[in-house]
Amino acid sequence: MKITRETVLHVAGLARLSLSAEEVDTYARQLDAILEYMDQLNALDTTGVAHTEHVIPLETPFREDRVVPSLDPEQSLRNAPERSGTFFKVPKIL
Amino acid sequence: MTLHGLTALAARDRIARGEITASDLLESVLGRIREVEDRVGAYITITEDLARAQAAAVDAARRRGETLGPLAGVPVAVKDIICTQGVRTTCGSRILGNFEPPFDATVVERLRRAGAVIIGKTNMDEFAMGSSTEHSAFGRTRNPHDPDRIPGGSSGGSAAAVAAEEALAALGTDTGGSVRQPASHCGVVGLKPTYGRVSRYGVVAYASSLDQVGPLARDAADCALLLGVIAGHDPRDSTSIPGPAPDCLGAIEEGVSGLTIGIPREYFGEGIDDDVRRAVREGIAGLQAAGAKVLELSLPHTPYAVAAYYIIAPAEASSNLARYDGVKYGYRAPGAASLLDMYRRTRSEGFGAEVKRRIMLGTYVLSSGYYDAYYRKAQTVRTLVRRDFDEAFARCDALVSPVAPTAAFRLGEMLDDPLQMYLSDIFTIPVNLAGLPALSIPCGKSAEGLPIGMQILGPPLGEEMIFRAARAWEKVKAA
Repeated sequence: MKITRETVLHVAGLARLSLSAEEVDTYARQLDAILEYMDQLNALDTTGVAHTEHVIPLETPFREDRVVPSLDPEQSLRNAPERSGTFFKVPKIL
Repeated sequence: MTLHGLTALAARDRIARGEITASDLLESVLGRIREVEDRVGAYITITEDLARAQAAAVDAARRRGETLGPLAGVPVAVKDIICTQGVRTTCGSRILGNFEPPFDATVVERLRRAGAVIIGKTNMDEFAMGSSTEHSAFGRTRNPHDPDRIPGGSSGGSAAAVAAEEALAALGTDTGGSVRQPASHCGVVGLKPTYGRVSRYGVVAYASSLDQVGPLARDAADCALLLGVIAGHDPRDSTSIPGPAPDCLGAIEEGVSGLTIGIPREYFGEGIDDDVRRAVREGIAGLQAAGAKVLELSLPHTPYAVAAYYIIAPAEASSNLARYDGVKYGYRAPGAASLLDMYRRTRSEGFGAEVKRRIMLGTYVLSSGYYDAYYRKAQTVRTLVRRDFDEAFARCDALVSPVAPTAAFRLGEMLDDPLQMYLSDIFTIPVNLAGLPALSIPCGKSAEGLPIGMQILGPPLGEEMIFRAARAWEKVKAA
């Protein structure tokens, strides 16, 4: 077993997920099987092979730096779960 | 023939000639939706009133003698991962269950400008993660050819809507086969364009280096028509290829005489259903009958593509989906004591099981100490997969293969075994890794009467060649 319950809990913490005990067991088992399948890539010698960054060669396009209309604050806040004036409101941080 | 059974081209031309109105056509499609939608479940949201207004606007423009757009009056469905201004865009997820985008995606803007009537937003696997449309927070979609089977995924709603005549055409997205595989399972035509051919602006990101919007339609010509409308450079997408949309419709009748079609050995090996092999072989024989030469060749790194993909796609997804935090839009879990608690509860309640699985997988392969072993290795293997295709396209004009190893599987059949579900994407994934265009076109039926698709793959920007081959096959099949 590569993936223990502890690994799952660590990764869930990084991903900002809280998992039930049952989910931890299920993901440990499933991720272990999936990663074991991934290990076949190690059979492939990739010495000297460059990794892919872009599939299609593209140059960075430039545009003129000019002011164009953008969303107004009301539109930007319309989907906010909670707001205060023109701010997004969140629970206490400290 | 009923109006909802028309092709997009025929409908557009009849509207332009004044033989039917856009409103008549829309009412026929809405009637069809009322008749079959309970059984199919293709849509998450149906925008009946907006559609009526759009159809009436097309009819009014025609009465005034204005020049009509290339899709004027054609009812089109849009996958619910593509932003529509003021119309709920959920991605099949609880976390975006109430999200109303303040803007249209570029592809939606272009559909509207072309006169298309947008009927609604189609069901999908949550955030496009899945091959069966069973991973949606809004219920599952059933295959119109057999209600006990999946329509494919993740654009299963779009494929089912076109197959069930609940739309004349549709847009989907394809990250690892999500347009082509449901097209194959539902018996319609679906194209995954070259990476960068179609703007991703306003398309909710799953795996940014693989995602591409593609059309689904009843035949190759309709599919080419839609591509012509949605493709072309967009300054709002930095990966958009410069230049206008290709005129695939203009070239579609040019045939395949003298072209060389490559048959990759690795796509016909073990694990493929006999019915699929037979149907695709018939398709290849049809292209030969139409004048193409056939060349067997090898794409030796094919067996590694699924492993590379299921590292790269979840890695990009784990990063892209970090934005769903309950702050600016979407679902927020109530009653959290702190910000961190709010993030965790929002994401745990808002995401479904498959999305969490991929976020976990992606976070793991990107985490400290594993990046080189997984992500970097996978991107290196991706280079080898691309080289295979480069070498193949030096010897042939297009490639032909199956789309999926089997016809549509049964509802629930693969839900408990995610790896098995991932492996069903084996023939569609290499195309996304290499950024190539590829199309699925119906080529036969299984013993149970289920549709089987043939995949036609082209070199980068080779959509025109693909459509010529697809059309040539349609003619052979009809003869």
